[in-house]
Amino acid sequence: MPGDDRGALYARDRSWQPPANTPGYKSTTFRAPRHALLSLPATVSELTGPTFGDTPLGPLDNDLIRNYSQDGGEAIGQRLIVYGQVLDENARPVVDTLVEFWQANAGGRYRHKREGYLAALDPNFGGCGRAITDENGFYSFRTVKPGAYPWPNGANDWRPAHIHFSIFGNAFAQRLITQMYFEGDPMIWQCPIVASVPDKAGIEQLVAKLDRHNTTPMDALAYRFDIVLRGRRSTMFENKLEGN
Amino acid sequence: MLHPVPTLKETPSQTAGPYVHIGLTPNFAEIRGIYDADPGATMVSPDTRGERIVVSGRIIDGAGAAVSDAVVEIWQADTDGSYTGQVGRTSNSRPTFTGWGRQATNSEGVFLFETIKPGPVRGPDGTLMAPHIALWIVARGINIGLQTRLYFADEEAANGTDFVLSRIPDPKRRATLIARKEEGDVPRYVLDIHLQGDRETVFFDM
Repeated sequence: MPGDDRGALYARDRSWQPPANTPGYKSTTFRAPRHALLSLPATVSELTGPTFGDTPLGPLDNDLIRNYSQDGGEAIGQRLIVYGQVLDENARPVVDTLVEFWQANAGGRYRHKREGYLAALDPNFGGCGRAITDENGFYSFRTVKPGAYPWPNGANDWRPAHIHFSIFGNAFAQRLITQMYFEGDPMIWQCPIVASVPDKAGIEQLVAKLDRHNTTPMDALAYRFDIVLRGRRSTMFENKLEGN
Repeated sequence: MLHPVPTLKETPSQTAGPYVHIGLTPNFAEIRGIYDADPGATMVSPDTRGERIVVSGRIIDGAGAAVSDAVVEIWQADTDGSYTGQVGRTSNSRPTFTGWGRQATNSEGVFLFETIKPGPVRGPDGTLMAPHIALWIVARGINIGLQTRLYFADEEAANGTDFVLSRIPDPKRRATLIARKEEGDVPRYVLDIHLQGDRETVFFDM
């Protein structure tokens, strides 16, 4: 319930999360705070968050192959289904939460006014979508596989194919933005943005797995990407634990 | 046994990147026709109770440059100090205030929200916290979203006893969270966010 002051969140494991300053990713140099973060218990202001369960999404909001269609055309590229479950650290599904995603087209070109990469735009591809998790915490969308793309960091740095994700959860302190990569892509292990994550197991958590079982024959391959948000401790009510 | 041990690790954060607007504010990115409006663009309706205010500021990096590619989200209580925010609800019980907003910074690094002044909310120690707005900032070069708060300069007494502000040891740093007031038809509260340096904003791990 919104407005509910529920149990405290587990502290974020900052040794698992990327630090603010990762010199291999040059843009962090002047954008990383120098002071330590001030640790405080979350208050009701962070333990609540906006809810989107009744948001009327458009019928094509989770279909990037068609949601920017001009004159009925479809996006060019490797057709994919991307799906997964949003869970908390206690492995409980996070239901009715908003998941947003954005990406480059099949050639690695973003539809953005500040983007100048010479790969062509796809007239039928916008690159954004959203979904709300179901009663078991699952989301899914259709898209095309994004291409790798070069960026001005090192002299010859390329991002691996990736899809950006934004997830809300049900507390403002659970708010998370991350990136999904594709199983087997050799460029994952050469990318300074990926390498901002200190632990190899953490990086592997960002790699979606090819899922032949959920592939649509003669149509689209499936990749599974599960997402874990911060979990809550149980609240003590009269010295009894709720929900355990 | 007090608490179960968490069984999964939180998904690692990654930067939102320079093209975050494609996903979070597509109309701002000039991608038209996918969403009617950018999520979080409008927080108030004619039925919203409370004092209309503008909350604005500039995001500045450690070299003094404007952060012109950030997205800022805010989350706040209503005028009664309740977190009733529900975005996009269509039922009759719909609250008239979303409590949540999302805006991109412009080429000068400026963000701006049209909202209401929040009422005071009770803190974990039982006392009232001073009116405040929670902020979350993402951008290229920010590996994990930065959490901070905005307080109001005209709430001096409440700010003096606030649960969070009082836990910032250095009063000079406490001041980095207090927005100055500019009078006008609609009062404007201005808070510049310094990511790094001598005037660095206090960021929280909450």
